[in-house]
Amino acid sequence: MRVALMVTCVNDAMFPDTGKAVVRLLRRLGVDVDFPTGQTCCGQPMVNTGYLDEAVPVVRTFVHAFAGYDAVVTPSGSCAGSARHQHSIVARRSGDAGLEKAVAEVSPNVYELSEFLVDVLGVADVGAYFPHTITYHPTCHSLRMLGVGDRPMRLLRQVRGMRIKELPAAEQCCGFGGTFALKNSDTSVAMGNDKARHVGETGAEILVAGDNSCLMHIGGMLSRQRSGVRVMHLAEVLASTEDADPPMHPVEAHPVDASRSDIGGRV
Amino acid sequence: MSATFVGMPAFPVAARTALADTQLRANLAHATGTIRAKRAKVVAEVDNWEELRLAAAGIKDNTLLHLEEHLVRLEESLTRQGAVVHWARDAAEACTIVADVAKSHGVDEVVKVKSMATGEIELNEALAKEGIAAWETDLAELIVQLGDDLPSHILVPAIHRNRAEIREIFLSHMAAAGRPAPDDLTDEPARLADAARLHLREKFLRAKVGVSGANFAVADSGTLVVVESEGNGRMCLTLPEVLVTVVGIEKIVPTWADLDVFLQLLPRSSTGERMNPYTSTWSGVTPGDGPQEVHVVLLDNGRTRALADDVGRQALRCIRCSACLNVCPVYERTGGHAYGSVYPGPIGAILNPLLKGVGVDAQTDSLPYASSLCGACFEACPVRIDIPSVLVDLRAQVVDSHRGDRFPKAEALAMKATALAFGSGGRLGAAEKASGLVGRLLGGGGRRRLPGGRKLLGRLPGPGAAWTDARDLPTPPAESFRAWWKRTGGRG
Repeated sequence: MRVALMVTCVNDAMFPDTGKAVVRLLRRLGVDVDFPTGQTCCGQPMVNTGYLDEAVPVVRTFVHAFAGYDAVVTPSGSCAGSARHQHSIVARRSGDAGLEKAVAEVSPNVYELSEFLVDVLGVADVGAYFPHTITYHPTCHSLRMLGVGDRPMRLLRQVRGMRIKELPAAEQCCGFGGTFALKNSDTSVAMGNDKARHVGETGAEILVAGDNSCLMHIGGMLSRQRSGVRVMHLAEVLASTEDADPPMHPVEAHPVDASRSDIGGRV
Repeated sequence: MSATFVGMPAFPVAARTALADTQLRANLAHATGTIRAKRAKVVAEVDNWEELRLAAAGIKDNTLLHLEEHLVRLEESLTRQGAVVHWARDAAEACTIVADVAKSHGVDEVVKVKSMATGEIELNEALAKEGIAAWETDLAELIVQLGDDLPSHILVPAIHRNRAEIREIFLSHMAAAGRPAPDDLTDEPARLADAARLHLREKFLRAKVGVSGANFAVADSGTLVVVESEGNGRMCLTLPEVLVTVVGIEKIVPTWADLDVFLQLLPRSSTGERMNPYTSTWSGVTPGDGPQEVHVVLLDNGRTRALADDVGRQALRCIRCSACLNVCPVYERTGGHAYGSVYPGPIGAILNPLLKGVGVDAQTDSLPYASSLCGACFEACPVRIDIPSVLVDLRAQVVDSHRGDRFPKAEALAMKATALAFGSGGRLGAAEKASGLVGRLLGGGGRRRLPGGRKLLGRLPGPGAAWTDARDLPTPPAESFRAWWKRTGGRG
């Protein structure tokens, strides 16, 4: 099986540790995952803002990068939803029959990470160890557009050493919504504030979700509110083992410093 | 009533005002939370709920496909049973028809059943210009009317008011409209309902003309259907000598068997009840019983425009249950006024642009963007309107309507630039190198860190300020994922 990682533009540019975690996790499970370097973005920022013409070249780049793979795995429910549900709309708009055909071939092969693990690999216990107290937010597109259901929780429940606190009003949107967060920032923040409050109510150390874009929003609010709660992608939790706990402050090579102690220490 | 939605600002601006209203926020969180829980409970009781949703969507879609046929059949059956059928292309025509009926009977007042269609065409304002007072008799509509307020919810127009505010409105304004509220009125729901009952009964018994909408119009039997909870609707439908019903042309169902499906879906979706207390049906004139002069105004007012929209026409399936409002996280926080229409919430965000057309005014064009696309509305909709997909399609229509602008918006230029960067992996890699450099420059030196330890980026200028105004942002990493992959082959 030829498996490609679709890392997503947000993870590529802002959260590379999530991509690295997917690679580590899949290799541990015996999947030799490839990263087609021609990939960029799924085009959702354009599509959801109404710029369909602008999305056409992005979708073309997408199908070109991922053609020929049996499975395309992505650590994002939202981007998987974009590929599976919106690329055909963009292709139809382009009037390019070749692009429509390419989309019809590629988009059904796109899997959100928990779908790939549970449905394709058939695993629930990925051998992870993560000795922390977490709470889990099911992101809207993974829940309602893809219908991942309880797959992420089935995976999380098998993680050794981890305690899971139930998130109140878990299924309500965090308010990110792509460009909604900028165009209607006041409403977005009002929604995010309630989500952050619910996260705080759980007493968890870490909020876990399957979409870093939503986590960037909720985590940004948790940070501004000096809540002492961090956010982490599902992939990073599942990639953790006794030997490879994720670094405390990822993506920076600096040694741990004293400022860490006042921002939510480890259990 | 002088309050009007005309001239409302675009959604983000109107929302800002609403979000700052703590009483509104508290009232809405309480009310939508309560009704959400009720709905979830009674929907879960129905084993074949999904089948009912599919059936309802199918019936509506098939009916809309042959709308002309069904409308003509409705007209024939109504006419045969003594009703007078009028066709109104727009709001002005519909209002004129109703006003002419009222004037032909020399009345200076009418009583009204709560009706979205008459709110849409601003019938009360049109009648007022003719010197005819239109009294709202639905309790919530009465509260809105007496308070010189605007409705903010399809089912519960006064959802933004709590009982203390309602008491105040009754005490201050009831006297000017008829029987005053008792001086010792408290905010107990039973006392408030009693004051409204006495105030309204006087109007029911006096009025010669009633005006209603209709939830459904059954084509083969020529039957109009009003579904309600209070019984005030039935008073309006039965006591006056003359009844005028304004009904959108999409409200039609072919047969009584079709109606069955919707009467199962509507109460559970709207009030969270297994069955609504009052379902009134009438087919033309019944000699010696009820109104002896019955008019039906079939209203287009943009519905045929919506019907012509390939993606958007599914909005015409809407049965005005308001389930989408109650589950919407945006509506829950902004309330209905921010949408600038009698149709607020997710359905309003698509229905208003579909009825009015996009690219005409900034307020209407802002509505398709008044959503985080979370999909809760689609999940709750009893007729399976895929509201998120319609929103995205309408956003494209808004953008397309501005493609010819001489001075493109900054957003349009930004989207073109982003699309260019996303055109190839190489270009994106170069952009990421630049952002990593910017991150190192801005993120340096003793600044705060996010929980977890990443360095914080400072406040952003320009459009980015909308983000960093309330949310911290980590500095871009020194090395992007693709740079890491290139350096290590994925084995770093």
